Amino acid sequence: VIRRALWWAALAAILAWSLGPALWQVLTALKPDAQITRVPTVYLPHPPTWDHVATLWERKPFGRYLWNSAWIGAWATLLCVAFAAPAAAMTARLASRWRNRILLGLLFVSAFPPVLLLFPLYEGVRALGWINHPVALIVPYAALNLPLATWVLESAFRTLPRELDEAASLDGLRPLRRLLRIHMPLAMPAVSTTAILVFIFCWNEFMLGLTFMTKDSAKTVTAGIASVGGASIYEIPWGQLAAATVIATLPLVLLVLLFQRRIVSGLTRGAVKG
Amino acid sequence: VTARGLWRERSLLLLPAGTLLTVAVLVPVLRVLGLSLSFVMLRGGIETRWAGLAQFVRLWQDSRFLTALGNTIVFTTASVLLEMVLGVAFALVLHRVFRGRGPARAVVMLPWALPTAVMALAWAWIFNDSFGVANDLLERAGLIRQPLAWLGGPASAMASLVIADVWKTAPFVMLIALAGLQTIPTQVLEAARGVVLPLLAPALLVALAFRAIQAYGAFDLIYVMTGGGPGGSTETISLYAFSNYFRYLDFGYGSAIAVMGAILLGLLALAGSTLARLRRGA
Repeated sequence: VIRRALWWAALAAILAWSLGPALWQVLTALKPDAQITRVPTVYLPHPPTWDHVATLWERKPFGRYLWNSAWIGAWATLLCVAFAAPAAAMTARLASRWRNRILLGLLFVSAFPPVLLLFPLYEGVRALGWINHPVALIVPYAALNLPLATWVLESAFRTLPRELDEAASLDGLRPLRRLLRIHMPLAMPAVSTTAILVFIFCWNEFMLGLTFMTKDSAKTVTAGIASVGGASIYEIPWGQLAAATVIATLPLVLLVLLFQRRIVSGLTRGAVKG
Repeated sequence: VTARGLWRERSLLLLPAGTLLTVAVLVPVLRVLGLSLSFVMLRGGIETRWAGLAQFVRLWQDSRFLTALGNTIVFTTASVLLEMVLGVAFALVLHRVFRGRGPARAVVMLPWALPTAVMALAWAWIFNDSFGVANDLLERAGLIRQPLAWLGGPASAMASLVIADVWKTAPFVMLIALAGLQTIPTQVLEAARGVVLPLLAPALLVALAFRAIQAYGAFDLIYVMTGGGPGGSTETISLYAFSNYFRYLDFGYGSAIAVMGAILLGLLALAGSTLARLRRGA
């Protein structure tokens, strides 16, 4: 009985720790200013107010930030999966020696610290006149997530029986058709898992968004939030910042709650097989 | 299909991904290597002059770089170690079958999916010296008498960063550990708790490698939460390189910092994998 109680206590502690910081932002976002800066801390807002959300929306093009993140994330995800899928389908059918080489190479590429690529990418984006244009982020996001996408897709395609391929090519299906008609539909769970993961990573990216998007109307939500700060750093509008963080994370909270299983299987598929 | 036809098919399938990686990763890596061996001047555009290893010599005489390197290592070691411990503990608790396990796992995973740059603001607010809830909770618990200036002192600022990073990434370790636990038969788990860790070791090693690489390159959290302060005490290699690029406009030196960071990471990885292999052999 004691062990059971201890276990429940541990579970409660874990849930509180995981949820606490995000929940605290929600509470802060709904508190009137006077309660935000009261000592000792006021925990529950009374009464809750929507002022911070309203002011935030007036001061910053927040709807625009959200739209930019969604648009860029969607295109980058599409591009990434479209490019990773053929590579994964091919790799899955290689002899294991070559397959492992390709997979290790991809792993190597994804281990580069992002800051290593930052400046050359910035140069390239500038030279092409892409500053403040969504393409400036779409292309690097697709590229940076390509190794992960290929890994997850490859491990799914590999489980499809080889006979399918042979039957399909006897039917005269070219490789690309084979991919679209057979591999992708049969591995749909893995494809959607990959897409969800890539989209999450794009939405959360910060460094490139911060440097490639200088105009307010072009910013993604993560970079936009960093610019919400007040007139001087001494009067940071904590209520508005909290509102901003809640709004920026809400779409992801929904994604995780809806696709929890998928995300778990995608992440572990890539990592555990060693 | 003939052998040549097969070869052509395969190259065609690999082409899009190969092109994208070449354009957006390989070429930039070569470019940053080139820049790190150059003096770069701004005259309308960027002008480069061969510098040999001059930038790298300068690195090792630059105390700010050495501090940043030390900070990077401290941050990486502390957060990865804590994450591994916490992640495995989470997994052991959540491995048990109970009603609501699915939703509970979703909640525990949430921190991992939330944008780091955004949650860094949340943590800065939690650790705020005058109004932060961290101080309030600790005071109520009687652990501190006066509010701490968490982000105001070198050690406590680093500790705050580590806490925030552990919060975000322990769920990742948990997921890997859970997947590893699933491959262990229940009888084994119940019979001998002591053997769990050795059985989990391969999966955990992968998680460790992933996390170490990510923590080493961390940028978002530190940039937003402390900006590398106070007084450079939490500045990491990534942040120092970033400052050289976009604040001091010293592109050659910034490149050298980024390249040296990557080289040291490679050496660490090599040392780590050799160590792992030796222990397995022994």
